[in-house]
Amino acid sequence: MAKLHVHTTVNGEAAEFLCEPHETLLAALRNELGLTGTKEGCATGDCGACSILLDGRLVPSCLVLAAESQDRAVTTIEGLALGDALHPLQRKFLEHAALQCGICTPGFIVAAKALLDRQPEPTEQEARFWLAGNLCRCTGYDKIIRAVLDTAAEMRKTAV
Amino acid sequence: MQVIRYEAPRSVTDAVRLMQADPGARILAGGTDLLVQFRAGLRRPTAFIDIKRIPELVGITLDDGGLRLGAATAAAVICEHAEVKRLWPGLVEAVRLIGSTQIQGRGTVGGNLCNASPAADTTCALIVNRATCAIAGPAGERVLPVDEFCTGPGKTALRAGEFLVALHIPRPGPRTADAYLRLIPRSEMDIAVVSAGVSVTLAPDGTCSAARVAIGAVAPTALLVAEAAGALVGSRLDETALSRAGAAASAAAKPIDDKRGTVAYRRTTAGVLTRRAARTAAARARGH
Repeated sequence: MAKLHVHTTVNGEAAEFLCEPHETLLAALRNELGLTGTKEGCATGDCGACSILLDGRLVPSCLVLAAESQDRAVTTIEGLALGDALHPLQRKFLEHAALQCGICTPGFIVAAKALLDRQPEPTEQEARFWLAGNLCRCTGYDKIIRAVLDTAAEMRKTAV
Repeated sequence: MQVIRYEAPRSVTDAVRLMQADPGARILAGGTDLLVQFRAGLRRPTAFIDIKRIPELVGITLDDGGLRLGAATAAAVICEHAEVKRLWPGLVEAVRLIGSTQIQGRGTVGGNLCNASPAADTTCALIVNRATCAIAGPAGERVLPVDEFCTGPGKTALRAGEFLVALHIPRPGPRTADAYLRLIPRSEMDIAVVSAGVSVTLAPDGTCSAARVAIGAVAPTALLVAEAAGALVGSRLDETALSRAGAAASAAAKPIDDKRGTVAYRRTTAGVLTRRAARTAAARARGH
C-alpha cells in the first residue's frame, strides 16, 4: 500500500510527510521531519521520553500514529526556544544541572511546560505527580523538580 | 509483512462499514493498550480504525438526563470537567488513577472498558453509577448495562463489527454520591491489586435508600455485589452496616493468587476497600 501523505502543523509551521499507516508520530518526527529532540525510551508509554503536545495536550508520541496528526498541532522540544533564546525551563534545567545523559530531558521539559501552561504556581507535590510519568535513571528527581519550581517562580515574576 | 491500513472515518455509519468489511480491523481510540499490544506482536490488526474524528465519539454532554461520555473521550478531558467532578467524584477518582499525565492525555474511558482488564479502574465506578453502553454495529445500535459488557479478561460482549460509541450515566438524585478506591503497593501508576466502587443514596432522614457496590481485580470481571449493597440499604450507614457490606464483598470476591497479591489478601482487602469507599460515599451524600 502506498504511504500516507500527512499534512500537519509542527511547532507553529505547516509540515507534511509520508509515513506507513502503522508508523508512530515519534518515528515520523525523528525520521521523516528530522526532529530528533524527541527521544524514544520504552516505546510503550511508560517513560515519558517521547512526550509532545498534540493540540496542546501532553501525550506520549510513541502511542500516537503519525497519520493521526493530520490537521493537528504538534509541539515538540524544538518548538520551545524562541530563536536563540532558550525557554526558561531549558535555562533552569541547565542552571540546576537537572540532567546527566539527557535522554529524558526533552520529555521532562515538554511535560513541565504543559504543567506550567495550566498551573503557573504548582506545589512541589503537584509538580511531582504531574511528572510521575517521566522517568530519569541518572539524576534523580530533586534537581528536576527544583528546576521546574524555580522556572515557575521566575515566569510568575516576569509575567507581573 | 502484512499491509496494515489506517482509516479515520467521520461518522459512526462509515466506521461500522469499515469494521464490517474487514474482520481483522481494530478500533483505535487512545492507543495506550492497542499500540502497545501491536508493538509486542500480541495483536496483528489488518487496519486501525481511528474513531476520534467522529463527533459523537469524542466529548462530554451533561444535561437533565445525565452524562454522555463519547467512548473516545480522553481521561484528562473528563478529569478537567468541574461539573462531572462534582456530580460523580468517585468516577473521576477512578479515571484519574489511570496511568501518567501523558497516558491520561491519550487513554480513553471507552478504551479502558473495552480492554476488559479485571483490574480496570473505571469499570467499578461505571457499574455503581448504573452506566449503560451505546454500541453500534452491522445490526444497528443497541444498549447494554455496563455490568454486562465485560465477559472475561480481555473479552467483551461486543459482537463482530460492533464498537462502543458512548457511555450514558443517569444524573444522580438528591443525597446520592459515589466513591472509588484501589489498593496498589506504590503511590502512583500501578495496576489495582483490589478495587472497590460504591454509590449510596440517602432518604431525607439519613437512612440509606439505595446502594450499589462493585469490586475489581478479584474475579475475571468486575463484580456487582448485590449482597454488599443489601447490607447498606435500610441502615444509617453506621460502622456496623459498613462492616457487613465489607464482609459481603469479601465473600463475593473470587480472586486468584499472582505476583500482585494472594487470594487471602485480596479477599480481605476487598472488604476493607468496600467499607472505606462506602464511608466516603456516605459522607459525600450527607454533604450534598
